[in-house]
Amino acid sequence: MSPPLDTEKPDRPEPGRPTAAAAGGNSLAGTGLLLRFMLRRDRVRLGVWTVSVVALWGYVVVAFGALYSTPEERQSRAALMDTPASIMMTGPGYGLDDYSVGAMMANELLLWIVIALAVMSILEVVRHTRAEEESGRSELVRAGVVGRHAPAVAAMALVVVVNTAIAGLTVVLLAAGGYGLGDSLVLAAAAGLTAVVFGAVATVTCQLTAQGRGASGLAGAGLGLAVVVRAAGDIEGAAADGHGSALSWFSPVAWAQQTRVFVDTRAWPLALGVVAVVVLLALAAGLASHRDFGAGMYPDRAGRAAARAALRSPAALAWRQQRLALLWWTVGTGLMWLASGTYLKDIPDMVEKMAESNPLMTEIFRGDGGQAVVDGFVCIMLLFVALVALGYGISAVLRARTEETAGRTELVLATPVSRTRWLGAQLAVAGLGTTVLMLGGALGLAAGAHSSGATNPDLVTYVGAALTYLPALGVVLGLTAVLFAWAPRWGAAPWACLVVAFVVGMFGQALKLPGWVQGLSPLWWVPQMPVDDFAWPPVLGLTALAAALFALAFVGFRRRDIPVT
Amino acid sequence: MTPAIAIHDLHKSFGTTKALDGLDLTVQPGQVSGFLGPNGSGKSTTIRVLLGLLRADRGTVRLLDGDPWADAVALHRRLTYVPGDVSLWPNLTGGEAIDLMARLRGGLDRARKAELLERFELDPSKKARTYSKGNRQKVALVAAFASDTELLVLDEPTSGLDPLMEAVFTEYLREVKAQGRSVLLSSHIMSEVEKVCDTVTIIRAGRAVESGTLDDLRHLTRSAVTAVVDRDPSPLATLPGVHDLRTTPDGAVTHVAFSVDNDRLGQVLTVAGTLGVHAFTATPPSLEELFLRHYGDALETAGRPDRGADR
Repeated sequence: MSPPLDTEKPDRPEPGRPTAAAAGGNSLAGTGLLLRFMLRRDRVRLGVWTVSVVALWGYVVVAFGALYSTPEERQSRAALMDTPASIMMTGPGYGLDDYSVGAMMANELLLWIVIALAVMSILEVVRHTRAEEESGRSELVRAGVVGRHAPAVAAMALVVVVNTAIAGLTVVLLAAGGYGLGDSLVLAAAAGLTAVVFGAVATVTCQLTAQGRGASGLAGAGLGLAVVVRAAGDIEGAAADGHGSALSWFSPVAWAQQTRVFVDTRAWPLALGVVAVVVLLALAAGLASHRDFGAGMYPDRAGRAAARAALRSPAALAWRQQRLALLWWTVGTGLMWLASGTYLKDIPDMVEKMAESNPLMTEIFRGDGGQAVVDGFVCIMLLFVALVALGYGISAVLRARTEETAGRTELVLATPVSRTRWLGAQLAVAGLGTTVLMLGGALGLAAGAHSSGATNPDLVTYVGAALTYLPALGVVLGLTAVLFAWAPRWGAAPWACLVVAFVVGMFGQALKLPGWVQGLSPLWWVPQMPVDDFAWPPVLGLTALAAALFALAFVGFRRRDIPVT
Repeated sequence: MTPAIAIHDLHKSFGTTKALDGLDLTVQPGQVSGFLGPNGSGKSTTIRVLLGLLRADRGTVRLLDGDPWADAVALHRRLTYVPGDVSLWPNLTGGEAIDLMARLRGGLDRARKAELLERFELDPSKKARTYSKGNRQKVALVAAFASDTELLVLDEPTSGLDPLMEAVFTEYLREVKAQGRSVLLSSHIMSEVEKVCDTVTIIRAGRAVESGTLDDLRHLTRSAVTAVVDRDPSPLATLPGVHDLRTTPDGAVTHVAFSVDNDRLGQVLTVAGTLGVHAFTATPPSLEELFLRHYGDALETAGRPDRGADR
């Protein structure tokens, strides 16, 4: 449990002498104290984020420098970056003509740092505002000398503090690596500021829904949209031989990338971020002043007085609890994949055009009409579908832990429901959701591609590739279940699996990671269709491993105390 | 007859914290058994062991003649549980939660549910996240009283209920008792326990410090006596078993107040008979006094580390 607020003695008002805040009816009273409390409460969590992000910077600075030490190596990398798939996964491609390591970091790494920091900022804001309100804890806090807007402002201040700290460390690191101070500053500031923008987005979404989960989901959807708009705009721009297009500028992510760091540095796009933060916070404050404590924008409607006939098993209950989240994930990501699929039709033209100006391209993709590039694009997109499905799957399995700590598991297990049946229901619904997202994502891609005329690869290939990923996803879900059963306090560790799978999938080749490191990611073992052919051994191996992990989870869960606190 | 619940020498630790330290507890079939103890004394831990949620470190536990850990599913068909802090599924309505719990247990009597909803004044169409603590508690109580299991395990079931609803609860509990079903009722509310319980077990720091029928327990303690007498009350002061005698002369008579060990009450009556009694009242100790007597020395020794875990 968190320590009580009043341990900070100096902040107690002296008797008979009201604090200035109390006297003035200040809606920000207590902000400083709350900020210190949040920092105290999240010291481990924020420490892990900071160390992870800074370590990724550090590793990339060293690795890029060592791996791409000659201009030839850098230019062959630049050629790879000039395809639609690469543009979608990196940036607008400034500096590709004379690719420096600095330009590489700005082009290839910045996007992912921005996404990671934005996710952190969204989660922190929701955690300290709407989630606290939902749990009823902030009622205690707000009953003290704490102003109406203080928790939200303190949460934003927290996000600013953490992002500033990470940016500061990044600048130190880059400067130590021999990069110019000015460029390093703009690069680090771009990442931090964009993350703060999404923290501000979360303060707005926190006013709209009464549930923390809904608020982070909405803000996450906003981030996803910003990433897709950026990608669409930049691919459009590359097709017109430029860097980004008018569309790109609608996305806060693009503002960071348009600083052209290490190529032709300009800081003014960051001003857009500052303006966005101010506007979003004003909007959030306006919305907050018009709602009741604990309420969303719309009141809860009355529901059914009696349950439908189908709600009679632990599986039906788990499905009922998760179906809405699954629906939104499926629709949201499905649209994203559908849009991504439509780019396939432009690839052959782009490859041809690029080949004219870049002899390296011709060498790499020997005149097969660009089909190799198309297949490569499909491969990367499917990897992303798998990563998204995996993220959903881990959070779905971890719902079992939420049920347990909330005390609802006891309620069900006190009825004639066995532990095996209860855990089985949780895992079955989580597995079903993961499968729906994986298959749905592949079908979305295929639908986008085929509707725009790119009918190779065919539908069967998409579905086959998606199915091939399932055993690997099962391994991570199984591992999550094992930790839940045997070491519930380590329940958050599977997120590290997702990070490893992502880093290996995304940077494994660029960083030339050794095989055993890449092998740590279960997804690495999956045959990358349609570029690779399907192969039974890894699929069977992963299936066996997943089955063993699930079995181990059931054994552990049947043995342990409930609840483990 | 086999007891509904039979616990002997039960031990359970969480890390270095001893939650249960040799607990004994018995509930006979058809009995309503009160389970009293201060916060953190191990009541909920005991109940979770009975439900097969926690594994006992040492000792024997029999529930409805079965092993609560190994036979959990079969035994749960025959019991109903109400926790002290009911946590519901936020997106289900109260009515849905009641139906779900009843169906998981094997079926639901709709008429009975409707009656209970009306008596407990609960709106079943509201989403659980909008319920207050008392209303969440009502959801679990309606689900429990709608069932016809042979054993009810109630862990501070009335926490958060208003006095009117407490009265409704007591009424239904009496009905359960009249049907010959067994009940384990963990509670802080002495009057509630006094009204319906046949036996009482008082637990402190994971160990039963007192158990028996209310009469048994009272017998072990003192009654408060006040009297008005004509003559000099000093013979009372010398009687064994009389404590804290206070006398107040009031004109021709004397007011006397003292406490007396219950097994010495007879002698007190004999002596008092010789003193010219105008008025005489002897009040048996309330359960609250019994409880405070056992809890009181814990208060006195407060300051030494408490062994009980708040679970």
